[in-house]
Amino acid sequence: MRNEKATFGQSVRRVEDRALLTGKGRYLDDLQPPGCLSVAFARSPYAHASFTTIDKDAALAMPGVIAVMSHADLAPHLRNDRLVVGLPSAAITLKVDRPVLAIDEVVHVGEPVALVIAENRAAAEDAAEALDIDYEPLDVVSDCRAALEPDSPTVHQSHDHNCLASFGFSFGDVDQAFADAAHIVRRSFDVHRGAAMSLEGRGVLAVPPDLDGVLSVWSSTQTPQALKTQLCQMLGLDPLGIKVRTPDLGGGFGPKLVTYPEEIATTAAALKIGRPLKWVEDRREHFVATAQERDQLWDMEMALEADGRIRGLRGALIHDHGAYTARGLNIPYGSAVTVPLPYNINAYKLDVQVVLTNKVPVAPLRGAGQPQAAFVMERMLDAAAETIGMDRSEIRALNLVRADQMPCVKPLKLRGGTNITLDSGDYPATQALALDKAGWQEFPARQKAALAEGRYLGIGLANYVEGTGRGPYETVSVEVQRTGRILVTTGAAAMGQGTETMLAQIVAEQLGGDMANITVRTGDTTGSLGFGGFNSRQTVVAGASAHQAACTVREKLLAVAADLLEADAADLEIVDNTVALKGVRGRHLPFADLAGAALGLPGFKLPGIKQPGLLSSDQVVIDDMTYSNGTAVAEVEVDPRTGQVCLLNFVLAHDCGRMVNPKLVDGQILGGIAHGIGNALYEQMVFDEDGQPLTTTLADYLLVSAAEMPQIHIVHTESPSPLNALGVKGVGESGVIPTAPAIASAVENALAPFGVSITSAPLSPQTVRRAVRQAGGAA
Amino acid sequence: MKPAPFVLHSPKTVSEAVAHLADIGEDGLVLAGGQSLVPMMALRVAYPSDLVDINGIEELQNISVENEELAIGATVRHARFYDPVEPGPLGRLLTSIVHHIAHHPIRERGTFCGSLAHADPASEWCLVAATLGAKLVLVSQTGERIVEAGEFIDGAMSTTREPTELLAQARLPLLAPSARAGFYEFNRRAGDFALGMALAAYDDDDGLMRNVRVGLGGIEDRAARNSAAEAVLEGQRPTQSLFADAGRAAAESVDPMEDATTSAEYRRDLTAVCVERALAAAAASSSAQTSR
Amino acid sequence: MERHPLNLTVNGKPYAVETEFRKTLADTLREDCGLTGTHVGCEHGVCGACTVVVEGKAVRSCLMFAHQAEGMEIETVESLEKEGELHVLQEAFAEHHALQCGFCTPGFLMLVKGAVERGEELSDAELRHLLSSNLCRCTGYQNIIRAVRAAIDTFKEKASAVPEAAR
Repeated sequence: MRNEKATFGQSVRRVEDRALLTGKGRYLDDLQPPGCLSVAFARSPYAHASFTTIDKDAALAMPGVIAVMSHADLAPHLRNDRLVVGLPSAAITLKVDRPVLAIDEVVHVGEPVALVIAENRAAAEDAAEALDIDYEPLDVVSDCRAALEPDSPTVHQSHDHNCLASFGFSFGDVDQAFADAAHIVRRSFDVHRGAAMSLEGRGVLAVPPDLDGVLSVWSSTQTPQALKTQLCQMLGLDPLGIKVRTPDLGGGFGPKLVTYPEEIATTAAALKIGRPLKWVEDRREHFVATAQERDQLWDMEMALEADGRIRGLRGALIHDHGAYTARGLNIPYGSAVTVPLPYNINAYKLDVQVVLTNKVPVAPLRGAGQPQAAFVMERMLDAAAETIGMDRSEIRALNLVRADQMPCVKPLKLRGGTNITLDSGDYPATQALALDKAGWQEFPARQKAALAEGRYLGIGLANYVEGTGRGPYETVSVEVQRTGRILVTTGAAAMGQGTETMLAQIVAEQLGGDMANITVRTGDTTGSLGFGGFNSRQTVVAGASAHQAACTVREKLLAVAADLLEADAADLEIVDNTVALKGVRGRHLPFADLAGAALGLPGFKLPGIKQPGLLSSDQVVIDDMTYSNGTAVAEVEVDPRTGQVCLLNFVLAHDCGRMVNPKLVDGQILGGIAHGIGNALYEQMVFDEDGQPLTTTLADYLLVSAAEMPQIHIVHTESPSPLNALGVKGVGESGVIPTAPAIASAVENALAPFGVSITSAPLSPQTVRRAVRQAGGAA
Repeated sequence: MKPAPFVLHSPKTVSEAVAHLADIGEDGLVLAGGQSLVPMMALRVAYPSDLVDINGIEELQNISVENEELAIGATVRHARFYDPVEPGPLGRLLTSIVHHIAHHPIRERGTFCGSLAHADPASEWCLVAATLGAKLVLVSQTGERIVEAGEFIDGAMSTTREPTELLAQARLPLLAPSARAGFYEFNRRAGDFALGMALAAYDDDDGLMRNVRVGLGGIEDRAARNSAAEAVLEGQRPTQSLFADAGRAAAESVDPMEDATTSAEYRRDLTAVCVERALAAAAASSSAQTSR
Repeated sequence: MERHPLNLTVNGKPYAVETEFRKTLADTLREDCGLTGTHVGCEHGVCGACTVVVEGKAVRSCLMFAHQAEGMEIETVESLEKEGELHVLQEAFAEHHALQCGFCTPGFLMLVKGAVERGEELSDAELRHLLSSNLCRCTGYQNIIRAVRAAIDTFKEKASAVPEAAR
């Protein structure tokens, strides 16, 4: 054990905070280069329509308007009309990549049709409104189940059906499992998730090449590398001629991982007119043009032994894909593989249909299909417990993957083809911790006492397993600079979760513990190969690379110091940004001197090192994902007369391996739970039968506020992951996954006197009230 | 989401303001707190050619009690009601209601009269005005007229105010010292528009309910009194079962709105709950006689 | 695009600018005064990211036209740090991890600044109700509640620590 200041595992303050607290953050819209013009997009008011002409005359005549560009205007500058961003899959049968601007058909409300450039945003919006576009409305597909009917209209005129992909998962003898079952339970579920609603929308700033001949693009994106690749491909640019950077991000939550048409169109237009252009997404655009997750319709059956052990699970999933492919099949794929993960299930079969609708494309939102899967599996277990007459916690304890099974290989494959292996954890013990903290055993007495006063209390639980640390790697470079300051550069992209602090903690742990001496640059696209921020991956993959790079730099620091101090490296320690001889006062060299020496002098040997410089750039490759797990318990009070659900208490016991910073882990979980409460009770994107979105303001689309949040109790356990040197796992999506099913379980429990069954999310008061009425209760 | 262009006028007196309104005509709007109007302009569902900003008119900022009426000037903001504006039951009632209106920063700008002029069916102040029989003072260049709230509110977001008129003052009759009043609102989150709400007030005549007023908001296309519920209650002793009867009577009588997320059936259900709970709150409220 | 002259006092400093009547106070602070700490999150008055203090009152700067603030005293997040020292509220937010992406943070700070500086005795329900005015997508609010509570306590302690003669 080193006697140096520890940072790993400590709840240190974040390095990001001071600037953000004092108004010195630099978000996309805060960047205003001289001569910058504003962009607004004219967007389709129809869910499906064709058009032939865009009359720009009136718009161009308006004050402050510089240019209006349609697809035809941008096409000569583009290598491809369409933005191909979907992950590859053989199952995809319909090619529905997004055009940069609509060509002659629009397929969802909000699709960008023309780009307007003006001296300010207000003038650009005036002109966008004044464009005359000869839309001819076409039949609309607004419901993903109806979209599969043989006589359904089609989302795109060029296709004769709407089923983008059909695929399935199957293992074990499912038919046999059901043939011999003591119990079979069947349920259908309608699981909705909504929009991301980062407080900052998307945005892009493109500055044409100036003195250095390099095009500068800034974007509020989670994946600057992907954006750079797309810009090079679409605009025919040499990667050396473009620099893509991310400013501070005002939240991401998934949808900002996709490269969008607006980013390409704005950059192409800036090159065309030779002026800096900035487009900042407003809130209404965020509702109609940023990817969402929406509807999943599930029909499920579970076969059980008499004692409650699961024999098999089968069913079908219909997944709303939206009008275009913005990411691929990863959400329904993730849902399908997640359903059976926490439990021992020997037979599973799921048929998946991915269906186009005339709605804004679907792409991952915090959780990416896993919350829906947890909702379905946990609701099925509650149904099974009720059928058999077991306690809901006991049926789970009986079926959960046990600690003695770890690592547990599942007969399911990741998208890359390797088997899913649950790497560590004690799932039944985590559940027991949650139940204990929530007072599960004593709850029936509380419930009975409340009922005597006419109050309906309920408790519910849900387990989850979160796949984290999506590989294969993320680059991190660590360098002790000539000034003595440590620079950490990475392709990992920050979106508010504390990535800089996390990396600084891991690096500081090896280099003396002074986080104030470390600068972290995230989202680097010039020297760092990598992918960016999504899938709760960065602490795992970037963390692993940061650790390795920091260890290498430590060795080099000590080697140079050993040479200069004429000492054995084993006798040295790092103290206050110096390397010192242990126990000997005054025998130390500052980082700056060591970094200078490590650069070498002409004609002299390097001091104690074979390669110059105190730097290391690493890409630790991790193919397998590491799995976090946990259990949520919710306690609610339901007013059966109004259908209002009030959260009284919420517990999450979880295990995300070793924690870099427990306070930041709490932050991730709390935010995830708030999002999950939204998915359970509030957040719904409502569309009418014409595909018109009806909830496009924050007064209609309801985000949880401070008043709706219960006190949340988090219980940490740490089962180190064997897959990386730090033993860490991701946690960014943990909070959101079990929250809706735990709340649904609690609501059903509260309304047990009425015999209500909860099969959908979100649960509006109206939904709850209707269920109570249908069950014949509470006039 | 930038508003379309308009011309801003900033009069210092009511006469200047109504002169502007007369000049502008149909396409002008009065800007008071702006907490509903400005979002509508940002969303480009409102396109006024001109705004007459009345915030600089000092005489409209007053609140006073005259002739057993509480007179509320056009730019009296919601936050003024955080503490009772008069010592009787009405002052206490308004204080209990104001915390249901949106959120604190909105209450610092939004105005009582602006809410009436906007006539949102889910406006708390519209419910107060309609239930308690407010009189509204409309001023134009040609003079002044006084309209009952029930006549003024003409439907969802619709009033009988002429474009050239300024709603300069609302006058609420004080509640009798023996009055009991209760309010109940149901919404999904703190500060949201009500899905349903009710206001109940009656005079306690030796244990009997007299001068019963029951109003509903957020249910029908406008805030209004519900005579079916009032008929059940008038002259009776307040009991929980009678309150339930009144709730049912109200539910049967209403013509509820339907929107993207809320059905008429649900609003009808809520009607009974709101009426019942508002009455229970009224019965539990302290009258001036008991609490002083 | 007719612009009209306008005088504002922001954080004690005078600004003479020219804006269209339709420009909101939020956009004017950001674009004409260069004070980009005030953020625009929804432009329809719901999210609260643009909350600033006008004449001592916390208001939505997206729901006021800049010309309505002519001659008024405006405070933004940039006013909180004094000579390199963070306001107790900022300290508390950092200590209690009450911010993640930071986009909503200036709005929250300006929303509760008054309550903190007045040392208001707020119940848990009252504090939550006050904070429900603003939206945060990252933190789940629990740490914001904790930070504001701590800041109120610290401010009171600091105030009572000032010697009687110095008050």
